[in-house]
Amino acid sequence: MFKRFDDDTRKVVEIFVDGRPVMAREGDTVSAALFASGLDVRRKTAVSGAPRLPYCMMGVCFDCLVTIDGMGNRQGCLVPVHPGMQIEIQKGKREIGR
Amino acid sequence: MTINRPMRDEYDLAVIGAGPAGLAAASLAAQSGLLTLLLDENQGPGGQVWRAVTSTPVKETRLLGDDYWAGSKLVEEVRASGAEILQGATVWSLDRHLEIGISAGGGSQFIRAERVILATGALERPFPIPGWTLPGVMTAGAAQTALKSSGLIPDGKTVVAGQGPLFWLLTAQILRMGGRIDLVLDTTERRNYLRALPHAAAFLTSPYFRKGLAMMREVRSKVRVVSGVTRIAASGNGRLEEVAYEAGGRSVSVPADLLLLHQGVVPNVNLAMSAGVKHRWDDIQLCWSPVLDANGGTSVEGIAIAGDGAGIGGALAAVERGRIAARAAVEALRPQAGAKVPSMETFRAALAKAERGRIFLDVLFRPSKQFRIPGGDTIVCRCEEVTAQDILDSVAIGATGPNQLKAYRRTGMGPCQGRLCGLTVTELMAEARGKPPEEIGYYRLRAPVKPITLSELASLPKNESATKAVVRG
Amino acid sequence: MPNSYDIAVIGGGLLGSAIAWGLGRIGQRVCVLDEGDIAKRASRANFALVWVQSKGLGMPAYTGWTMQASDTWPKLAAELLDQTGLDVCFQRNGGFHLALGEEELEQRSALLKRLHNQPGAVDYKMEILGREQVARMLPHIGPEVSGGSFCPYDGHVNSLRTFRALHTGMAKFGVDYRPEHPVSDIKYVQGEFRLASPNGEIRAGKIVLAAGNANQTLAPMVGLEAPMGPTRGQIVVTERTMPFLPHPLTTVRQTDEGTVMIGDSKEDMLDDTVLNLPISSVMADRAQRMFPLLGRLNVVRSWSGIRVMPKDGFPIYDQSETCPGAFVTCCHSGVTLASNHAFEIAPMVAAGALDKKKLGAFSATRFQKSDVRTSGYY
Ligand SMILES: Cc1cc2nc3c(=O)[nH]c(=O)nc-3n(C[C@H](O)[C@@H](O)[C@H](O)COP(=O)(O)OP(=O)(O)OC[C@H]3O[C@@H](n4cnc5c(N)ncnc54)[C@H](O)[C@@H]3O)c2cc1C
Ligand SMILES: Cc1cc2nc3c(=O)[nH]c(=O)nc-3n(C[C@H](O)[C@H](O)[C@H](O)COP(=O)(O)OP(=O)(O)OC[C@H]3O[C@@H](n4cnc5c(N)ncnc54)[C@H](O)[C@@H]3O)c2cc1C
Ligand code: FES
Repeated sequence: MFKRFDDDTRKVVEIFVDGRPVMAREGDTVSAALFASGLDVRRKTAVSGAPRLPYCMMGVCFDCLVTIDGMGNRQGCLVPVHPGMQIEIQKGKREIGR
Repeated sequence: MTINRPMRDEYDLAVIGAGPAGLAAASLAAQSGLLTLLLDENQGPGGQVWRAVTSTPVKETRLLGDDYWAGSKLVEEVRASGAEILQGATVWSLDRHLEIGISAGGGSQFIRAERVILATGALERPFPIPGWTLPGVMTAGAAQTALKSSGLIPDGKTVVAGQGPLFWLLTAQILRMGGRIDLVLDTTERRNYLRALPHAAAFLTSPYFRKGLAMMREVRSKVRVVSGVTRIAASGNGRLEEVAYEAGGRSVSVPADLLLLHQGVVPNVNLAMSAGVKHRWDDIQLCWSPVLDANGGTSVEGIAIAGDGAGIGGALAAVERGRIAARAAVEALRPQAGAKVPSMETFRAALAKAERGRIFLDVLFRPSKQFRIPGGDTIVCRCEEVTAQDILDSVAIGATGPNQLKAYRRTGMGPCQGRLCGLTVTELMAEARGKPPEEIGYYRLRAPVKPITLSELASLPKNESATKAVVRG
Repeated sequence: MPNSYDIAVIGGGLLGSAIAWGLGRIGQRVCVLDEGDIAKRASRANFALVWVQSKGLGMPAYTGWTMQASDTWPKLAAELLDQTGLDVCFQRNGGFHLALGEEELEQRSALLKRLHNQPGAVDYKMEILGREQVARMLPHIGPEVSGGSFCPYDGHVNSLRTFRALHTGMAKFGVDYRPEHPVSDIKYVQGEFRLASPNGEIRAGKIVLAAGNANQTLAPMVGLEAPMGPTRGQIVVTERTMPFLPHPLTTVRQTDEGTVMIGDSKEDMLDDTVLNLPISSVMADRAQRMFPLLGRLNVVRSWSGIRVMPKDGFPIYDQSETCPGAFVTCCHSGVTLASNHAFEIAPMVAAGALDKKKLGAFSATRFQKSDVRTSGYY
């Protein structure tokens, strides 16, 4: 759906998506990095399990919810990546304690 | 300097939102000697229009345009002004006593200010077409945000649909950066051109006129534009696969991986409404707007609203509204300091200039009914997955407005708290009941306007009477 | 006559709708007059427990009335499902009141003792459990939990869906629901009630006042009384989570949708448009100490609501001597008692008289005596 434009000179940051290494760039939000990864990063809603991807990228819609470093339901479009970040795609409701 | 929690408990002025309005307000207030705190949820300043202006990888000026880079100047100005700037700080509560709940760096705290300027800007208007929740359908603004902050450009088969000044800007920006767009579906109603005509004279002298025309021309020269689109539906199995549309009575389907939707922006009312600020239905812009005095002052003593949150006026107007609200705060708190800043008249004149021709845009780009008021099994509330028909069923058993509807169907109860369904719900119920939207009303909003963790809430100050109210046999 | 009914119910909250549904169910021609979208409506703001334990201290009859409601709730849920297709998710799986620290546990034990010593109350098997026993049933409790009380008859329900199901069912029974019809005046003229509202006059042979705290002002218009002492309650709710809490508590419960509700304060302040955040903080803190894992969940909403609260905390059911056919009904715990309102009160109203044997204790005449005691309402 998206690719990076050619002249992006920002530093590469390695993050992990469901255990797989992904090269993000410094300053990316989690959602931007996930889009750029080309992976299937569709989450499933907590209501019906319908697949979703980020819709607004500005913190409004909550369709970017994702588990970041073990913490569920974070807004991927607002959180910047950091090296070694562990991201898990959420399928349905989060578990308590995660 | 950027830090991650407020340095004090009390300020003269708290400005919420670091877009054009907030930057301008904070900078003027701090320069005039007010102890000023500027708060914003994003990692960097700029708001929507100047998103990531200090960090974007897209350095070549031509690509994002001069209007984008104009933001850097204001960012520099506020950084030199002495205002305390807190990025990554979400305001989740504001009350009548001007107590502000802030979540930053995983913790929450309260501060108090003598005055508050809400500069929380706008949101893209909901665009509830069939299939708008499918992966691969997103707002045009979302794509633009990804483009500005990370240099992402559409790659697969891409359709852009909608209308409005921002719509054309975004399309032009994507194309300039080598992104792929296969088709542009223009939903502007043909009869709106006639309706807008009486306001054209003012628009001709507006700063937006020439830029707007040039951009539309630029887009038309590069991709196919279908005008007069009257229906759009997205479909696919688990993701977007096809966009169907109707124009001039003809139905067409095209394969697509990405559909970008946009039909204008509307004020972001959640924080203001939760603070008890009175709003009214704006029949021209088709949204809720705060009731304001000439300085942006609201019905709640001490709270002013500036920028697009005060009613859509665009970035230039946002700057001037920010200055007016800030000057009013300076006049109230440090009357002597007011002498050093330009007069209110200067700002008002600048605002009038920036707002010139706005009515033309409002009328021309008034989104048509079928794209605002959906029917059948089209989802209205994305969070709770409630359809238009569900809402009509509730009207049929006697729900008269959004709050009873909420009780029956959970609309607006999800994490977005009605931001993406509220307007649709009001208009849909108004239509179903044959009443004006003003009479239907809006969700009653309360803190937290953005989620905070239970442990954050639990860590806030308590007192004996609060404990007594909870702990009982 | 389009504006004339066998029975007019005033108030469309859980009481009014349960009674109207019950009346529609037995073929009465009924209308319900209600306020509009903005209204103080406890039925949209409650904690949704169908709760038995600790009810009735100071009025043994209330214990029996509550047990009866709990016993007949399954029937209400089944009929609603059958009629409307809506599953209100009633669960009678036993409920807890948890204590943090020894002192709270002692207080709870003392309350239990006082309840036990009360003559004439039915036994609802409320018992005190120690920490280990609690931990076996509620695996996620935190170290500060000292124990709690448990009652096997306690349960919970999706109360908003119940509200919707009752209104859906009312429509199916042909009940005329008229929102935006606040009743401002009631006149009793020649055996008929005339109800004034800004949207026209309604006439009915009988009326049921079910207007919550507003009953206090309406009741005297028809020779009744309903002394009220409303309180405010605040609730906090989290995002949806996988099921983790197998039983409801007085102050924490997980809904069928997955959200976790945390309740609920008791305040004298009666403005339901604002919140008291220190109170939310105390509630959040206690919930987190009961279940430390809750701390990580996001709070997505909170609200405050006004309890419909008769002065002494017990229900009022009464009928007028001077205006025969006028009834008044109001109570806290209108979720719990919904089944009684549908299956017991409605038929009595249709028949024209409340059963003194069953409901005599709830007559408002009790307020004319001086020794009115208050109940702890959990
Ligand atoms: C997605 C999008 C893209 C846009 N792009 C353009 C564009 O390219 N060109 C253009 O001319 N106009 C654009 N606009 C229109 C926009 O409204 C501008 O007119 C302008 O940005 C408005 O300025 P503002 O200061 O009122 O608010 P904004 O620029 O919207 O700034 C508001 C700021 O407040 C912050 N905020 C909101 N709520 C909270 C909270 N509770 N706590 C903390 N911070 C909060 C937001 O994160 C944001 O940074 C866009 C609008 C949107 C929605
Ligand atoms: C925070 C909180 C937690 C609670 N938790 C529980 C619980 O866990 N379990 C439980 O069983 N109960 C609980 N309750 C209590 C329960 O919600 C109430 O007992 C019940 O909702 C009362 O229903 P009602 O119809 O009498 O009142 P309401 O829901 O208040 O309805 C009264 C209706 O009358 C209407 N009205 C008022 N004046 C007029 C007029 N003049 N003309 C026409 N209509 C009028 C109002 O608009 C409203 O619709 C709780 C309540 C609160 C506030
Ligand atoms: S994409 Fe909408 S909130 Fe993150």
